[in-house]
Amino acid sequence: MSAETRLLFRNIDEPGLAGIDTYRRLGGYRALERATGEIEPGDLLESLEGSGLRGRGGAGFSMGKKSSFLPRGEMEKYLCCNADESEPGTFKDRELMQKNPHQLIEGCVIAALAVGATYAFIFIRGEYWEIADLLDRAVAEAHEAGFAGSDVLGSGCRVEIVVHRGAGAYICGEETALLDSLEGKRGNPRLKPPFPAIQGLYGGPTLINNVETLANLPHIVNNGAEWFTQFGSEQSLGTKVVSVSGCVQRPGNYEIELGIPAREIVYGLAGGPPEGRRVKAWFPGGSSAPVLTEAELDLPYTFEAMAEAGSMLGSGAIIVADETVSIPELALRTARFYQHESCGKCTPCREGTNWTVKMLERVANREATPMDLEIISSVQENIIGNCLCVLGDAMAMPVGSMVAKFRSEFDELLERQAVLAA
Amino acid sequence: MSFEDGAQPEHLMRPTDELSAAQRRELIASMRPEDAEGVPELHEVDVPPELREQIEEAMARYPQLRSAAIPALWAIQRRYGWCTPDGIRQAAAVMGVTPGYLQSVASFYDLFATVPIGRHKVLVCHNISCWMNGADDLLRSFCDATGADHHDADHHGATSPDGEFFVKGFECLGACDIAPMASIDEAYYGPLSGEDALAAVEALRSGAEVLPEKALSKRQAAGGPEPEPDPRIAEVESR
Repeated sequence: MSAETRLLFRNIDEPGLAGIDTYRRLGGYRALERATGEIEPGDLLESLEGSGLRGRGGAGFSMGKKSSFLPRGEMEKYLCCNADESEPGTFKDRELMQKNPHQLIEGCVIAALAVGATYAFIFIRGEYWEIADLLDRAVAEAHEAGFAGSDVLGSGCRVEIVVHRGAGAYICGEETALLDSLEGKRGNPRLKPPFPAIQGLYGGPTLINNVETLANLPHIVNNGAEWFTQFGSEQSLGTKVVSVSGCVQRPGNYEIELGIPAREIVYGLAGGPPEGRRVKAWFPGGSSAPVLTEAELDLPYTFEAMAEAGSMLGSGAIIVADETVSIPELALRTARFYQHESCGKCTPCREGTNWTVKMLERVANREATPMDLEIISSVQENIIGNCLCVLGDAMAMPVGSMVAKFRSEFDELLERQAVLAA
Repeated sequence: MSFEDGAQPEHLMRPTDELSAAQRRELIASMRPEDAEGVPELHEVDVPPELREQIEEAMARYPQLRSAAIPALWAIQRRYGWCTPDGIRQAAAVMGVTPGYLQSVASFYDLFATVPIGRHKVLVCHNISCWMNGADDLLRSFCDATGADHHDADHHGATSPDGEFFVKGFECLGACDIAPMASIDEAYYGPLSGEDALAAVEALRSGAEVLPEKALSKRQAAGGPEPEPDPRIAEVESR
């Protein structure tokens, strides 16, 4: 049997799948028919909670629980699908939207019905322009066929789907920054609480979910929450589309059952590093996740095992660095990204990312002293937990882990070493 | 900020962190809040009808019209090549907001150009996975092929001397599976070699199709052809 377990990726390369006819021929929109007919919105929510589905965007929070935080009753509520996929190493939502946009649209409408939202916004990053065009076409088809719009399949419920293109800012993947951006402002994060479930878009209760999370919903509604729980491990149910990239022979998206060993993904599916090279470090969940070492490839790929190892499953993006990659340089590349993307609203992140880059540049240029390494570590500690959002932490955690786990590589570049060598 | 008829000296239209301390002082002195423009009246501004239609259509799509700010800026950039002060003023008049408001939004986002840039946009990803697969060389190849300044391209983006190309080292574009890659006029291509960069630039110059065999839209799933479905999935599918 293949190491892949294709559920969301089922028939992914079927010609015409991006069109509504092929999607329906393969069983599409049956779940929505069920959700508007035989199932009550309350039962729909219960079923989402019962499935144990955890968010696929990065935080891994229970999707059903998040939905249940929204107040009941008549009011303007909103659904936002986070398709701002900008976490370095992550490209799963891109392929899910490009090849099977209707699966996402069906998931959006189901989620909107479950929480009583009248608008579903798909916030897609501006760089994905060609994919946003595809989505636009699919949304028009869904409206035309009555799967979305003022009266979804005659149920009397209104769900308008709007594809909203961003304009290039990693921070807009942060849920409150996404809301500000969608309201037509600069994408700065908001102070929480209030959480978006209570006061989100335009001040109304708002549910925000990642593309992959929502793409799971048609399958859960079709087959039942209990069916879903047979996939994955106890705390990590379901399948996961994993984006593997970096030093591997077959980079790409692979859909796996959560719980298989990471080694099977990196070596079995992606082919491992080029012949004759070994894995030195790997990010298990995008560049914001602390790096793990070669030995940790034997861990099961689950939310809980990655957390226990001091990292996180995050967005499910595995970036592999082999022994030809310099870790101090990798740390610098990583930090530069967050320096560039910091919105500047709060000080620890704005200054912390900036100074970390400066110090890592000193290391790379062999100008650093041992004290610089201590300062790098202490700056990371002072960022974590002290910012409005987690962008600062997202730099501090991986950079801190690289200094801690590969200290000798940094030491080799210190000024004193350079002088001694000369 | 006042932008009347080129009142803004061109050397101050660079990103602020590229300005010297003296230039920054000059820029600040040129900003006179008392001169800031209010909401322009629609009858005072000459708005092309198609642009007005695009912006009004965007305003109608959202429960609140300010959500149309980013779609409006996209419409301006599409029409004029960058977010020109005149274009921003036109959108502001249609939306009923101040030009300063739209300017502040435009300056936040990487994809909006608040200074003139080259016609064809080449964004070369230089984030981790692309870097490990040779992104630095690829950026250099695009600079060599277009004549854009490499240092500027790697920082804020650079326009080629003939004004045809804008080349920029960009953060993760979400296509690490085709590393090293580039977004060329909003379509993704990869994995790219130095020769591919040259060929792409030539194709853009001559109007030919850009690297058809390297287009992301043609890429199949990495796991290959459809495997036999998992029995747990096959069983429910057959119901």
